[in-house]
Amino acid sequence: MVKRVITGAHYGLKDWLVQRVTAIYMALFTLVFAVGFLFCPLKLDGYEGWSKLFSSGCVKFFSFLFILSLCYHAWIGMRDIWMDYVKPAGVRLALHLVTLFLLIGYAGWAVRILWGLSA
Amino acid sequence: MQTSKRTVQFKIYRYDPDKDAKPYMQDISVELEPTDKKLLDALVRLKAKDDSLSFRRSCREGVCGSDAVNINGNNALACLTDVDSLPQPIVLRPLPGLPVIRDLIVDMTQFFKQYHSIKPYLINDEQPPERERLQTIEEREELNGLYECILCACCSTACPSFWWNPDKFVGPSGLLNAYRFIADTRDQATSERLDDLNDPYRLFRCHTIMNCVAVCPKSLNPTRAINKIKDMMVSRAI
Repeated sequence: MVKRVITGAHYGLKDWLVQRVTAIYMALFTLVFAVGFLFCPLKLDGYEGWSKLFSSGCVKFFSFLFILSLCYHAWIGMRDIWMDYVKPAGVRLALHLVTLFLLIGYAGWAVRILWGLSA
Repeated sequence: MQTSKRTVQFKIYRYDPDKDAKPYMQDISVELEPTDKKLLDALVRLKAKDDSLSFRRSCREGVCGSDAVNINGNNALACLTDVDSLPQPIVLRPLPGLPVIRDLIVDMTQFFKQYHSIKPYLINDEQPPERERLQTIEEREELNGLYECILCACCSTACPSFWWNPDKFVGPSGLLNAYRFIADTRDQATSERLDDLNDPYRLFRCHTIMNCVAVCPKSLNPTRAINKIKDMMVSRAI
C-alpha cells in the first residue's frame, strides 16, 4: 500500500451526537436515581430492599438504557483516545476490537445481574 | 507604563541545525529604551545585540501574524504583548508542535496544508452580477469573528489534537476558516464542505478544550465556529 495521509471516512457526526445524548441521559438517570434513593419508600439497607426495587419493570428498563448509554459513551471515548494517540493502524484496530469486545461483555454481564436481582 | 531605560531578562530557545547538536535555552538580557513597549521591540534590540538570533516579524502591529511565539508558556504575538507586563525571565520558545527551522522560526507547511484543504475561497458557479453579490446585513454579520483570522497559528499550535494529528486534524484555525465559507450565503458548496469535514479526524478530533479561544490574539472563537459546523451537520442529518 502506498503510504499517504488519507482522511474522508465520512462518519463521525452520529458518534459525536450519540456521545452527547448518552451523557445527558446518564446525568438525568443519576440525578433521578439519587433523588429517588433519598425518598424511596422501600427500605434500601440490604439485598431484599434492592431486589424489590429492581423487580420493577420500569427500573429495569431505565437501568438497562443506562448500561447501554454507558457502554456506547465509553466506546466513543475510548475509540477517541486510541485515535488520538495510537498511530499504527493495525495496533489501533486491535485496541478498538479489544475495547468493543470488553464493552459488549460488560453489557451482557450487567444485563444478567440486572435480571438476576429480581429472581 | 515604563518611561525609563530598564534591563529585561530573557531565556530563549536556541537551535541552529547547522551548528547545534540539540536545542538549548540561552540566558540573555537586554537594555530597553523608554520607547520600547512591546515584546517585539525587545526582540529587535536582542537581535542587534546577538545577530544570530532568528525570529519572524513583519508588520509589527498584529496584522500579519508572523511573530507568533510561545511566551512564558502561552502562544501570542510578540508585537501585541506588553513587555513590561511579563514576569521575568521571559521564556521564549517557538510555537509548539511544529518542526523548528531555527531558533523561534517554525515550519508552517503542515498548518497551511490544513488551511488549503478546506478550500478557503468562495465557490459559486453562477455568472457574477454586474456589480457585486449582495448580502443582507444579517448575512454579513455572521461573518464577523471569522474573516479576521490572520493565520498566525497561535490557536492550532496550542491544540493538543493538532499536536497529535497535524496531518489529519484540520485544527482550530482551519475550521474557523472553513466555517467562514460555510456561513457565507454567497458560497454554493456548503453541502460539499460539510461532507468534507464529516470525518472522525478532520473535524471530530476537536474535544472542545478551548485552548484556541484562550490564545487567539484577535479574540476570535474557533470553538464556537466548530460547534456551529457541528450544529449545521446535525440539522442537515435529522
